[in-house]
Amino acid sequence: MNTCLTRRWVSCLAICFAALFCVSAARAQDVLKVPPVTAQVIDQTGTLTSAQSAELTVKLATLEQQSGTQMVVLIVPTTAPEDIASYAQRVADAWKIGRRDVGDGVVIIVAKNDRRVRIEVAKTLEGAVPDLAAKRIISEQVGPAFKTGDYAGGLNLAVDALTARIKGEGLAQPTARSQRGNTGGFGADWQQMAMFFFIGVPILGGILTGIFGRKLGSLITGGAAGGIGWVLTASGLLAGIAGVVAVVLVGVLGIGAASSMLGGSRRRGGGLGAGPVIWGGGGGGFGGGGGGGGGFSSGGGGDFGGGGASGDW
Amino acid sequence: MIRKISIAAVLTATLALTGCGYNDFQKLDESVKASWSEVLNQYQRRSDLIPNIVATVKGEAGFEQETLTKVIEARSRATSIQATPELINNPEAFKKFQAAQGELSGALSRLMVVSEQYPNLKANAGFQDLRVQLEGTENRVTVARNRYIKEVASYNVLARSFPTNLTAMMFSYAVKPSFTVANEAQISAPPQVNFDKPAAK
Repeated sequence: MNTCLTRRWVSCLAICFAALFCVSAARAQDVLKVPPVTAQVIDQTGTLTSAQSAELTVKLATLEQQSGTQMVVLIVPTTAPEDIASYAQRVADAWKIGRRDVGDGVVIIVAKNDRRVRIEVAKTLEGAVPDLAAKRIISEQVGPAFKTGDYAGGLNLAVDALTARIKGEGLAQPTARSQRGNTGGFGADWQQMAMFFFIGVPILGGILTGIFGRKLGSLITGGAAGGIGWVLTASGLLAGIAGVVAVVLVGVLGIGAASSMLGGSRRRGGGLGAGPVIWGGGGGGFGGGGGGGGGFSSGGGGDFGGGGASGDW
Repeated sequence: MIRKISIAAVLTATLALTGCGYNDFQKLDESVKASWSEVLNQYQRRSDLIPNIVATVKGEAGFEQETLTKVIEARSRATSIQATPELINNPEAFKKFQAAQGELSGALSRLMVVSEQYPNLKANAGFQDLRVQLEGTENRVTVARNRYIKEVASYNVLARSFPTNLTAMMFSYAVKPSFTVANEAQISAPPQVNFDKPAAK
C-alpha cells in the first residue's frame, strides 16, 4: 500500500516535471531569440561581405562619435512567427541602445526571407525621425536597393538618410563619458558606492581582518570591494578606485568593527606592512574591469515606444 | 523624554511602513498611473488622426458608407467616455473604456482593409501618409498597453501576496484592472477562408 502510494507520487511528480519541461520547450520555440548586442552590424544571414559590414560599422561608429547616437543594424533570416514590428520592439526593449542620459537609439532590422525591413526609433528621436520619414526612407531608398539585391547599398542609404536627420536635431553633444556606454550613469553609481563604503566595507573588513589578520584581510576586502564595484558600475576605473579605497579604509585607517579587537602593536605593524598590499588589491579591481570594455556596448538609455515604420520590398 | 518617545515612534512607524511595502505601493501606484497616462495619450493620438482619415476617405466617390459610419460612431462612443487617470481604480468604467476602444480598433482596421479596394485611395499620397501614421499609432498603443499590463501585474502581485496584502487591506488598495483580449471566442475560432467573390452591395 505504502509503496503503491509512493509510486503514485513519483509518477505524479514526473508528469508534472514533464509538463513543465514541455511548456518551457514550447515557449522557447515560439519566438525568435534576441541576440546580444555585440557590434553595430549584426548579420545572421551572411548577406554582407566582411568588407561591407566593416564599412557600415565604421559609418555607425563615426555617427556615435560625432553626435552620440547609437544605431545598430540587425539582419535576421526571418522573424516568424512574429510580425517584424513586435520582434523589433522586443529587440529594442532588450538592447535599450542610446546614450543613458539622452536615450537616442535607432535599430534597423532586416528580415531577409520575409522581405520586410523596419526602422525602430527611440522616443528621443521620434521628432527627428517621425514615422513618415522612416517610411519614406524605406520605400524610396532601402526598398529599391534591396529589390536589386544590393543590401549593403540600401543599408548605407538608410544610415546616411537617418544620420542627416539626426544631425539636424541638435541633440546634446557627445561627451567623453557618454561615448563609453555603461559608464554614463555616474550619479546613481556614486550613491551606491558611498552606501557600500560606509556600511559594507567596514563590516566586511572587520570580519575579514578578524579571520585572516590585517594584511590578508584588507587585501581580500580590497579585492571584494573592487569586484563588487565592478559588478555594480560595470566600469574598470570605478572598480579600481573602490578596491584602493577599501584597502586604505580597512588596512591603513583601521576602519572595521573587529579590527579594534586586535592588539595595538599589531595594528601599527600592519599599517606599514599594508603599503604594497594596497596596490595589489586595487590592481585586482583594475584587471577585472579591463575585460569588460572593448567593442560596442549599449548605452542603456534608449526607450522605444513603438516609433518608426516597417516596409517591404 | 516625550521628545525621545516621539522620535522613537516616528522611527518605528517609518520602519514598519517600509517593511510592509507601503512605500512600494506608492512607487508602483505612481508607475501604473504613468503608464496608464501613456496609454491614454496614444489612444488620444489615434482618435485625433481619425477625422483626417475620414475626410480623405469621404472624398473617394462611392466608398462603402457603412464602414465609414461605423468608424465615426465608434470614435464618438470612445471619446464620450471621460478618459481620466482615475479610470484605473474603477473596473466597470475601465471595462467600458476598453470595449469602446476595442470597437474603434475593429472599425478602423476594417476601414483600412476596405480602402485597399479603391485604386484612387491607394494612389493618394496623403491617404498613404495617414495610413503610416495610423500604423505607427497602433504600434504605440500596443507598446503602451503592454507596459501598462506589466506595471499592473507587479502592483497586483504586491497587493495580493503576503505580507503586503495586509497593507493593501489596511489602506484599501484594490487590485487594478488590466487589459484582456476582448474577443476571445472570435480569436480561438479558426478563420473562415472564402475565395468566392463578395456579394455585390
